[in-house]
Amino acid sequence: MKQALIRSHASRVCVGVICLSLLAISSACQRKTASNDAKGPSSDSCCPTEELLSCDGKATITISKSVTGQARADALMEQWKHNHPDRNWVEEEKAAHAFEEPADNSDILKDGQAKGHAYGDFSETDLLVWTRETEKFVAQGSRIFHSGDLLESTVGASCDMCHPHAANTHPETYPKFQTQLGRVVLLRDMINWCIENPVRGKKLAPDSAEMRALEAYIMAQRKGVEMNYGKH
Amino acid sequence: MAGYKSVETKYMEEREKLFRGLTNLDRRSFLKVSAAAMGAAAGLAAPASFTPVTVAQEPGEKASGGGEGFRFAYVSDSHLYEKHVNDRFVRGLLRGVDDVNNLDPQPDFVFYGGDLAQLGQPKELELGAEILKNLKAPLKIMVGEHDWYLDMGEKWRELYGDPTYSFDHKGVHFVVLNSVVEADFWTKRKMTPMERMKTVAGLDNGLQSSFTVGEKQREWLKNDLAGLPDDARVIVFSHSPLYKLYKAWNFWTDDADEVQAILQRFNKVVVIHGHTHQLLLNRIGNIYFYGMLATAWPWPYAPEGMPELTIEMTRPDPFNSTDGCGNGEIPVHPDGMIDMVYNLWNRNPITVRPPYMTSWGKTDVPPLPNRPSY
Repeated sequence: MKQALIRSHASRVCVGVICLSLLAISSACQRKTASNDAKGPSSDSCCPTEELLSCDGKATITISKSVTGQARADALMEQWKHNHPDRNWVEEEKAAHAFEEPADNSDILKDGQAKGHAYGDFSETDLLVWTRETEKFVAQGSRIFHSGDLLESTVGASCDMCHPHAANTHPETYPKFQTQLGRVVLLRDMINWCIENPVRGKKLAPDSAEMRALEAYIMAQRKGVEMNYGKH
Repeated sequence: MAGYKSVETKYMEEREKLFRGLTNLDRRSFLKVSAAAMGAAAGLAAPASFTPVTVAQEPGEKASGGGEGFRFAYVSDSHLYEKHVNDRFVRGLLRGVDDVNNLDPQPDFVFYGGDLAQLGQPKELELGAEILKNLKAPLKIMVGEHDWYLDMGEKWRELYGDPTYSFDHKGVHFVVLNSVVEADFWTKRKMTPMERMKTVAGLDNGLQSSFTVGEKQREWLKNDLAGLPDDARVIVFSHSPLYKLYKAWNFWTDDADEVQAILQRFNKVVVIHGHTHQLLLNRIGNIYFYGMLATAWPWPYAPEGMPELTIEMTRPDPFNSTDGCGNGEIPVHPDGMIDMVYNLWNRNPITVRPPYMTSWGKTDVPPLPNRPSY
């Protein structure tokens, strides 16, 4: 259990550990009477136990009174992880469906070029926030793109079944005259066409979170490709 | 408006009719159901299939090479869901079977190239078996990853036996491999069987391992081929291409080099694979590789590593659900080389003849598509 914590890489998890450690050490968490039926990775039947509640009020564990300090915090952390299997979803989505990284903006920080500008005085933290938030947006698109359930397909189809890694979607060619539809369309029109026809799901509102995410993912996958609207 | 039915309503009615017809599928009703399946899908209907192609090589031909010429057909990659989920893929397989049943004369046998099911579920495989039962010619079948990773091949083996086998037909030695063996990636991730299946079912899912033939089958292959002279006529079937094309989509077999080394001693070997759902050709030394078309959907071409012999099909029309799909027939020449006839459902068929392959694409070039593949 301890090792799992030591290996954890996401900084917010570390912040969580510190928070939980402090809580555990200062006994700020609620204590309840011992009970043996609580679920959790750390119940101990040999000694007197007590029930602990994590700071978000959602994870409860029953733990031996002899377990103190870091071990106690670790146990709470494990329970929290158990309750949040989706906590690393961006990393997991990246591992499953490798997508293009957003642009590297580190040039902005060179030679103090941003100093003295009201707009442009950025730090490493800013850049990190941009990258993470952009990636998260794209990752959400990737999740929908790869899931018949999220697309609400009635025939078990998802976008990746014809477009692995968004291949053959050529977003850079829109707007263009779509001959089969007899009018000029945008990428989102084609996304909706696919959702309605091969996927047999329900059309998305053009400004819906799902449509925005799908567009983000598809565009991200064509990083570096020249924009060429109207191309057939 | 009295009597008006929307496209959607018509589609749902046709779909229901198809599913109803599937409940009692014997050979007689098969003809009816498959004929209906072809014309149906209101608004999505494809033009009638091209009539069966006349092949240059007549069955039974005796000529140079010492062997006997004959012909077999193939159907591949149908990706069936359970009956009630998806009708499009059912229609695809019905059409494939129907096309092959309409060949005159009938092929000596029909080879099924794997991925009969989409998620390896018993009901998907049973539906496939029920439809394939209607082939007039004898069936030979290979396993694909979609058939395997829910129950690790249990149901598939129950239906078809060992996935690794060989047989001789009119002097040609045929070998069927299971090339979709993946190293265990699921235990560490505590995946359920369905999670494992869905991971493998995602072509672009990087959590899975690479396909292999594996040491055990390579040993088996060595033994199986041991008694054959170097000029033997050998045709190998593998679900994944037995070479390294594009790893990110498992258009790839990780121990392909080792398998090729086993085959290299023969004057020529033909390898026919599924999985890539497209017209795909390659040659490595004396080994000639041919990809099979799917009945379910076409894949895009890999973004890199395309073999130079490949003639890329024009990009399939997304508005036509069977474009880029198809099946094929394969006349085997007396010398062991094949004609690969790509029976594309909405396009002119493309025949790849041996001189194209043996001359590295210099002669006998099949008609080239007029549009890029993207």
